[in-house]
Order: sequence, then structure tokens, then C-alpha cells
Amino acid sequence: MKHSTREERGAVIVAFAGEVDLEHSPQAREVLLEQVGRRRRVLVDLSGVDYIDSSGIASLVEAFQKARKAGTGFALAAPNPAALRVLELARLDRVFRIFVTVEEGLDAGG
Amino acid sequence: MTQPDGAAPLELRFPARPDELRGMRDALRQRLRAWRLDEESATDVVMAVDEACQNVIRHAYRGEPDGVIELEVRCVGDELQIAVRDFAPTVDPARIRPRPLDELRPGGLGTHLIRSAMDHTEFLKPPSGPGNLLKMVKRLARTGAAGA
Repeated sequence: MKHSTREERGAVIVAFAGEVDLEHSPQAREVLLEQVGRRRRVLVDLSGVDYIDSSGIASLVEAFQKARKAGTGFALAAPNPAALRVLELARLDRVFRIFVTVEEGLDAGG
Repeated sequence: MTQPDGAAPLELRFPARPDELRGMRDALRQRLRAWRLDEESATDVVMAVDEACQNVIRHAYRGEPDGVIELEVRCVGDELQIAVRDFAPTVDPARIRPRPLDELRPGGLGTHLIRSAMDHTEFLKPPSGPGNLLKMVKRLARTGAAGA
């Protein structure tokens, strides 16, 4: 798994690539919690993620809860069909804001 | 056209560690492709097996580094039969329950994902020796299979 962060239009875009699995989710969790802690809107770019498991999803949930408590925005963008399927099976597609593209996520703001 | 039924099962034995799961998933994906599983079923199967192995690593061996997992995947007729076996102390199957999803919590999703993705799951005692055995069945719609 690789990750990168960049800022655009007042949001922090955290992009993950590769496999967010049991081996790498602790790192994903750390990155997400750190960025949410900056109290900026966080948009998680999942376009490069080939695989995400329950531990990766748990990292997203934890960051989402921290953002909600802080009153800052947190959304997902561009999950591939496999990642979306896991989110659906976990019934989190109704919890997270999920945008088809990063661009759409930036346009939506909030 | 190659007839995948009866093709050799996938049999893997690997250390119960997080850094071993990627290799397992790659080997499994490759075999599922050879069996011409449709993309969605293959995604479900890889996820369920991965989550089952994670449960073994986290809850059966509890992070003990010397544990071993045995995985067997067979394609029989129109179903995939999967067995995940460990040699850890026996875990009470009653304790392996999916949690209700109405409460938003970071953990405890794995067992729910397994049950959602598979048509049948059963926690058993292995026929011999110590450990735990998880049997799972996924019914298939194979791509390109005649009459499927």
C-alpha cells in the first residue's frame, strides 16, 4: 500500500493505492487520523485501491467518527467495484458520503 | 474448452501472519481466474477467505507468530467448497457471531462480511487433531461456461 496527501480547494485529499489489508491498515489508520486531526475537510481518494478488507474499512469508520465529532467533513471518492462491494456488504455505503470522482467530491464541499 | 470441474484443488499452508495474506490472495485469485469465476463471485470469495484467515490470526492464534493456516479450495460442480483450518486452541463457535450493523463501530465486520459473501458457512472441530475448521460454500455463476 502507498499513500499520498495533497491540498486542494481547502480540502485534504488522502490517496491510497494498492491493498489496504490487515498488514497495512494500521498505517492507513494513522494517516487518516492525523489528517482528520488537522480539522480540515478530508476526501479519501480510493481510485488506486485494488483491495480493502474489514480492517481497512475499520480505519475509515474510525476517521469518519473522529471527523464527525470535530464537525469537519469526511468523504470517500472513486472506489473501484470491489471496494464499493465491501462498503455495501458492510452497509456503509449509506453511512459514508461516496463520490464517483475526486473532482465531484471537491465540488460538493462540506 | 477446458472443463474446470474436478480440476486440482488449491491447497495452501502458510504462516498465520498479516504479511502472508497478500500472497494467499494472489494465489487464490489466479486459481479462481483459471476456474473462470465471474468477477463478483471472485471478489466475494477472496474477501471471505481473507477475512476468515484474519479471524484465525487475530482471534484463534491471538497474534502468536508461529501459527499455521491450511487453506483448501475445491471447485465441485457449480459450487466452490472452501476449508480454512488452524491448529490454535478451539474457539467456541458461539462466540464467532457477526455483530449487528446498526451501531457504527470500527471493528467486528469480518464475520459479517464472510456470511454476506458466502452461501453457507460452518464452524467445526477438525476431524483429527487440535484447532478449528471453517467450511464455506459459494455457489457459482461461471463466465463463459456452457449452459451456465
